[in-house]
Amino acid sequence: MSSDVHYTLHHPKWYRRRVSVWWWLQKRSYAQFVLRELTSVFVAFFAVVSLWQLHALGEGPEAYAHFMARLKSPLFLALHGVTFLFVLFHSITWFNLAPTAIVVRLRGKRVPDFVIAGMNYLVWLVASAAVAWLLLRG
Amino acid sequence: MTGGKSPFLWTLFSAGGTVAALLFPIHLFLTGLAFPLGWLDAPSHESLQDLVRHPLARLYLFVLISLPLFHWAHRFRYTLYDGLSLKHLAPLIVVVCYGGALLGTAMVVYTLWNLP
Repeated sequence: MSSDVHYTLHHPKWYRRRVSVWWWLQKRSYAQFVLRELTSVFVAFFAVVSLWQLHALGEGPEAYAHFMARLKSPLFLALHGVTFLFVLFHSITWFNLAPTAIVVRLRGKRVPDFVIAGMNYLVWLVASAAVAWLLLRG
Repeated sequence: MTGGKSPFLWTLFSAGGTVAALLFPIHLFLTGLAFPLGWLDAPSHESLQDLVRHPLARLYLFVLISLPLFHWAHRFRYTLYDGLSLKHLAPLIVVVCYGGALLGTAMVVYTLWNLP
């Protein structure tokens, strides 16, 4: 056999339908799924705003007042309004999915889903009240 | 989906999702809407500084900001894979997402460390 035998770099092409970037608009449940996945962007946005707030707090009263004034701009109010809706959507979908992720058994019986979800909502209420109390007491 | 292969990353995703679900709505409502719009009186710089002097408050703020960033990193990674069909950019996406969360965490630690 001669030494210059080589394999051609042929690769068979599979048949693949191109999926449109907008595939998720075809069905309500798809859209809901994608909106839920997009909540993470808004979660990250508020985490960054909080980091910025913390930084301003450390810089002193003037920098902090400047930060608080920035939040009053229409741009930030609009952004925070939209972000609030997405974050709420995150909370609700997260708590409603919790029973699927956490299976609790009491005396060999599975605790019903609504009890687990209900506990989550209760903890949410208590945690929110605690945060509000800490930030609002005179 | 947001399944993922690493149980460690999944735990961070899950913990961050829980922290964000429980605590972000109230913080966002107060700081982002109620205080700027004058619905409620915002705490003064002085009282907030007193509050964050406590080590537990700093631990709280670390958890509040860092874990949701990892939640974002994990979920957004799969959003880009599936939603925008960008699976072929996987290494870049992984670096940007988890790298971003790590950078944010480092900044939180630095800021908290330097608070008076």
